[in-house]
Amino acid sequence: MSTGTPRVIKARVRLGDRVFSTSTITAGSIIVAILAAVAIFLIAQSIPALVAKAGTLPNAASSFWDYVGPLAFGTVWAAFLALLMATPLSIGIALFISHYAPRRIAQVLGYIIDLLAAVPSVIFGLWGVSVLAPAVQPFYVWLNTSLHWFPLFGGDVSGTGRTILTVAIVLAVMVLPIMTAVCREIFLQTPRLHEEAALALGATRWEMIQMAVLPFARPGIVSAAMLGLGRALGETLAVAIVLSPALVVSFFLLTSQNPSTIAANIALQFSEASGVGVNALIASGLVLFVITFIINAIARAVVNRRRAFSGAN
Amino acid sequence: MTAVASGRMVNSLTTGRLPRGSVWMLLIGSWVLLGLVFLFVQLSGATKSFNLVGAIFLGTVLFDVLIFVISLLVEGVRKAKDRLVTSLVATAFIVALLPLVSLLWTVVQHGLGRMIQPSFFSMSMRNVLDGSGGVVHALYGTLEITLATTIISVPIGLMTAIYLVEYGRGPLARAITFLVDVMTGIPSIVAGLFAFALFALLTGNPGFRSGFAGAVALSVLMIPVIVRSSEEMLKLVANELREAAFALGVPKWLTVLKVVLPTALPGIMTGITLAIARVIGETAPLLIASGYSDSVNFDLFSNRMMSLPVFVYTQYANQGSIAEFFTARSWAAALTLILIVMLLNLAARLVARIFSPKLGR
Repeated sequence: MSTGTPRVIKARVRLGDRVFSTSTITAGSIIVAILAAVAIFLIAQSIPALVAKAGTLPNAASSFWDYVGPLAFGTVWAAFLALLMATPLSIGIALFISHYAPRRIAQVLGYIIDLLAAVPSVIFGLWGVSVLAPAVQPFYVWLNTSLHWFPLFGGDVSGTGRTILTVAIVLAVMVLPIMTAVCREIFLQTPRLHEEAALALGATRWEMIQMAVLPFARPGIVSAAMLGLGRALGETLAVAIVLSPALVVSFFLLTSQNPSTIAANIALQFSEASGVGVNALIASGLVLFVITFIINAIARAVVNRRRAFSGAN
Repeated sequence: MTAVASGRMVNSLTTGRLPRGSVWMLLIGSWVLLGLVFLFVQLSGATKSFNLVGAIFLGTVLFDVLIFVISLLVEGVRKAKDRLVTSLVATAFIVALLPLVSLLWTVVQHGLGRMIQPSFFSMSMRNVLDGSGGVVHALYGTLEITLATTIISVPIGLMTAIYLVEYGRGPLARAITFLVDVMTGIPSIVAGLFAFALFALLTGNPGFRSGFAGAVALSVLMIPVIVRSSEEMLKLVANELREAAFALGVPKWLTVLKVVLPTALPGIMTGITLAIARVIGETAPLLIASGYSDSVNFDLFSNRMMSLPVFVYTQYANQGSIAEFFTARSWAAALTLILIVMLLNLAARLVARIFSPKLGR
């Protein structure tokens, strides 16, 4: 470690040490190799789709970008809607667990929220299509008839409830646990003295949270949202089961013509795809990977910036 | 804030505040009120069954409004805002509980009857045309694939964590930390596509599917989880233990193997169990890399292999002529899967609880 200094006492190099440290380095290098392999194989398999001529691609797309465009839109749109619902909810739940619930039951409540994370996504899909969609469909009809002027609620209302809004609700439930866990961690790290100072000055609990907890936790909330977004973007089977997809780019929330997502499209089309179709699906997977990579990179950057410049610690 | 009643003895500490217990009474009152409303709706024939979820949800919303208004009148605006946020935060928790309870209830209700039929755990789906058939092939598949995934991921993940904590300095360690972060963000379906592309190229057969390909895909998802959790646990081991071992002349590799690892073992085991629980429910990568079949296949390295989550999906998605048979099997398999995952989570918590007091003080 300190090999730079001139007068260093050299330890005898033992065989066991050599073998052990080499094998840990090998394990670390395997991870590098795996990621390189993921990138290389995906890119290699994507190239035929990227250079494909018009007419050979599925969905009668003129180019690959024409093919992936609506799917990328659907992916981002569904994840965005899910985030819109999940962010305030998860902040509320995290506050409830960290600052409102009695200490003794707070941990149990945390476990209960973690249980949501334990449910496999395919089961969320089954639940979404057989319980949630029929339950919200009458509500959609009401929204559509009474708020038809509002741009998002326009169009012809779906008869099954399998719309992108239902998908977004399912996705929101699925990303809740991870977002809540991150927010909770951050809220618990608020400097105790800041909280007590606010309370001592006569602030109510909400004013204390407003003045001490939320400003401290803002970067953490952003990174929690980004993590949730990353999860929602890559979610596959819940979307594939619940959504009734179509080849459209539309902002309508309640119709049966919904933009599909990249991941759901891969899962639904893969078994029947052949030739360039397979390459197009793999290339769309690459696009999804790039999108999630960018989102995660932003989340990490936000967290690291906080670590460096936070005045609180 | 409010006018103090004149001419009577008043306790100045309790005036202008809501009496104790009034909040809970108000909450229960709103639930009962909305319950009655929904009961009347049901009796009038507008809905078929009693809408408990709606009653609790709307009752809680009514409570949020009521508590704000009442507190505003009695206690003033600052306290009212505080009470409003308190009730909203509690509402958020209840709203999150509703889907969980509804989901568990639905799965048990639809799945239990089919799951306890004897055929479910004794038959595969080979040549099954009637309502019988079971998940034996899927159970074997899930067991083999998960085992293979664990055997691949645990050594790589654990050794990498040891490298990062005990040895890692300089650019390689920084690169690995960064790449583990990237790996955590890989969408599961992309991992499936990678395994598919890898084996299609290696075998030269674009239709190649095997359990092992699925295990490779799942390993891509599992390794970063194990690295992260093991790293956290190894960092928790007190430095004094390492220094004491070095002072006694113990070589570094023995210090890691005999001192650091045993101390961190319970935490590492918990992390591994949670990672298995997460990976065992993954559907998309297995759907692509392992495919699906109706018969038992013990060979991890050739032919399609069924697994439990894929069974849930295919029974739902590819329904035959009599749909009830397929949906019943799908729900029963879903219940089995949830039970397995919950058991694994419980085991992880137990390991953590039984062994963790040895850490720290």
